[in-house]
Amino acid sequence: MDNGRNGAGANGLTASSCNVAPVPQSEIAAICERFGNDKHRMLDILHDVQDRYRCIAPSTMDAIASHTDLTRIEVEGVASFYSFLSLTPKGRVTIRLCDDIVDRFCGLDDVVAVFEDVLGIKLGETSADGAFSLETTPCIGMCDQAPAAMVNNVMLTSLTPETARTAAEALMAGQAPESLVSDRFNELSAHERAVRMVENNIRHAGAVLLGPVPEDAGLNNAVGMRPSQIINAVEESGLRGCGGAGFTTGRKWRFAASEKLDRHFVICNADEGEPGTFKDRVLLTERPHLLVEGMTIAARAVGAREGILYLRGEYVYLRELLEGVLEERRRRGLLGKDILGVKGFEFDIRLQLGAGAYICGEEGALISSCEGLPGEPKTRPPFPVSRGYLGYPTVVNNVETFCHAARILDQGAKWFHAMGTEGSHGTKLFSVCGDCLNPGIYELPYGHSVWELLEMVGGTDAAAVQVGGPSGTMIGRDSFHRKLTFDDLATGGAIIIFNGQRNILEIVEYYMSFFVHESCGYCTPCRVGNVFLQKAIQKFQKGLANPEDIDYLKDLSGTIIETSRCGLGMTSPNPILSTLKNFPLVYSAVSKPSKDGIRDTFDIQSAIDGARKIAKRRSYIFDKDFTQ
Amino acid sequence: MSGTEKETGFTFTIDGVEIKAHAGQTIMEAADAAGVYIPRLCDHEGLRHQGSCRVCTVKAGGRSVAACTQPAAPGQAVENETPHLTKMRRDLVEMLFHEGNHLCPICEASGNCELQAMAYRLDMTEATKFPYLEPCRALDASHPDIALDTNRCISCGRCIRASQDVDGKGVFGYVGRGIHRRVAVNGENLADTDAQVSDHAMSSEVCPVGCIIRKRVGFAVPIGEREFDKGLIGHEIEEKRK
Repeated sequence: MDNGRNGAGANGLTASSCNVAPVPQSEIAAICERFGNDKHRMLDILHDVQDRYRCIAPSTMDAIASHTDLTRIEVEGVASFYSFLSLTPKGRVTIRLCDDIVDRFCGLDDVVAVFEDVLGIKLGETSADGAFSLETTPCIGMCDQAPAAMVNNVMLTSLTPETARTAAEALMAGQAPESLVSDRFNELSAHERAVRMVENNIRHAGAVLLGPVPEDAGLNNAVGMRPSQIINAVEESGLRGCGGAGFTTGRKWRFAASEKLDRHFVICNADEGEPGTFKDRVLLTERPHLLVEGMTIAARAVGAREGILYLRGEYVYLRELLEGVLEERRRRGLLGKDILGVKGFEFDIRLQLGAGAYICGEEGALISSCEGLPGEPKTRPPFPVSRGYLGYPTVVNNVETFCHAARILDQGAKWFHAMGTEGSHGTKLFSVCGDCLNPGIYELPYGHSVWELLEMVGGTDAAAVQVGGPSGTMIGRDSFHRKLTFDDLATGGAIIIFNGQRNILEIVEYYMSFFVHESCGYCTPCRVGNVFLQKAIQKFQKGLANPEDIDYLKDLSGTIIETSRCGLGMTSPNPILSTLKNFPLVYSAVSKPSKDGIRDTFDIQSAIDGARKIAKRRSYIFDKDFTQ
Repeated sequence: MSGTEKETGFTFTIDGVEIKAHAGQTIMEAADAAGVYIPRLCDHEGLRHQGSCRVCTVKAGGRSVAACTQPAAPGQAVENETPHLTKMRRDLVEMLFHEGNHLCPICEASGNCELQAMAYRLDMTEATKFPYLEPCRALDASHPDIALDTNRCISCGRCIRASQDVDGKGVFGYVGRGIHRRVAVNGENLADTDAQVSDHAMSSEVCPVGCIIRKRVGFAVPIGEREFDKGLIGHEIEEKRK
């Protein structure tokens, strides 16, 4: 079954040649014990097992199940869902090359070739001695410095065939991945480590987030306010969720606050996974205190004592930095009991690391993942604000949204409301990548046109711009006057620029393969329909499409959008629909009717190729030229 | 649900027909009670609602929702049997046919199969336009009394819920994700689990297709005299209205 390009298969279930050493039961018991034998901490348990033994072997699943009072199949359901967990052994060093369309256009293939050459294994394979695994993974949030890779927990960016060779040879020589960053890695601070691996590329700092930010000014104001006053301020500012959906933040907080249950939760969604988005990465690196401040303010507003920071597995390199920030704030009395000396104001946060699943950016799936379950969206209603994490009222906001909220409490609702446009207030972080001179982060008030942004970033020869990542809209030059606002071109932040040399169908096919790979598989239309869409696009790419296939694309897309259970399936046909609308010639050019009204979609040569290889001989009937 | 809540009755309409409901009921539960059939595959009486097959998609207040999980609301206008919704449902049923390997003529569930019966009800009578995915899934015949042919599985998960909630066992569960998401068993194979042929999960009413097969009882009722040979799927619900 075609599942896109990823050599490792959807769940990393590729068979491997190395053997699993028997894992002492006492060690599994110790790992489970460390997380209180709590089934809701399953993802943490499995992370530990994976890090230590390079896989979740069947015998360990039995042991984990017995310690956490689950069945083995429930443990397997979680272990087999996430890309970074594996049921078969991975190499002690696992190299995951980022397979985003931007990385492909920046020379991914050459980098892959170098790694294959030096390590002596192909993509999707693990070396026989168990030292290395080489695979690809969808967008890891480094599109401004592509091609990029994760080597265990170390990030490599702006790779070239030369730097890739140096890195691969060092690894082959037995050096630790950390040594690729610095010889003095252990002496560096968590922040130094992060910025040595990954550039921030802040190209334009705005007034709210990336300009000067006074320490805890918002929180200091918030503790003197009643919860309802905090909510009023956030609502009056006009702040809307910055993750993409754009729900009014103040209303969300108000709904959660009005629920009369004894526990409330505040969860930060740091799972930006939309290909081309990397703004939260920069905020997590440069404004982590502002983020936690925003979460703490939200906790006071809705009456939450517990919080979770859900960090995408791809950003594991930021874990130490963030854990350090949480620890520092506990020490300074900004988290924990009696925050800022205010009696009864209690709030603390745990960091939950994801494990490679785009769907976990969806609110309900993110909550499922925090609960130790496969990252599947929840049935709505009930909505998370009334019944979320463990069944309690839960506010889930994105990193940027919490940071904005903290600034609003500092500078006031009017200040924020005055920026931007009607219906889209304040500033927005845009992560710009692709064919432009200055890829990186731009903090701008809402309301700029795409053209203005292109001039700023040095991308005026753009032929197409993908606004909002694959689930957003792809526009052509005739639409560059359109505005970046919720009412016109809504975006979670991703702006991907393509020049006239790029093949639109290749881009669309990549985005569909991404959705096929990242669908959770819960509902029929998303699980199956996206595979059909991808196959149909491949037909266009091969020049085998009829004009009727355009109707087929529209028709099938309509069914998937209308019947899917969550936002992934409701937006996954967008790469096709928006390019059909804005680049119709691309499709009509490759879907001409044939003279006899029939187009041959069956290629006998490729159909018999497998059999030909097994039999080690040619076909007298079908091989046209036997001398080939 | 408390007695008073149950008494809080209200009405809404499905295709213009007034339906009585009470707080806490889903659209489908109220429709079933009133004798209006809404097609479904993953939902089954006595099991938790899952909302995954999406065949029960209806329009409620202009929005498309799964009738098996969406709460009924007072005064709501629900569309059920419209040409548009029937087309959506047929697409979904076709997707399920194309995702697995469904060879009706040689399947012992033929005539008793809800997927097949749903295809007939939704007028899927010709060759379809979707590509076949032709998966190759292993057959599990390890258990003395039960065989599993997951090539015919439509991932409805009814066996998972029946085993967990009715049998109190947990013989089945989902593994993998996306197009690789599958129903699997709690062990190396079925013989490795505590499954018994007398489990509710193994009964012919739980598996809607021919995936869970009870050994030595195949073809006991001849084709032509089977459940859906006699009437369309859903007729027993619709007969309540007559």
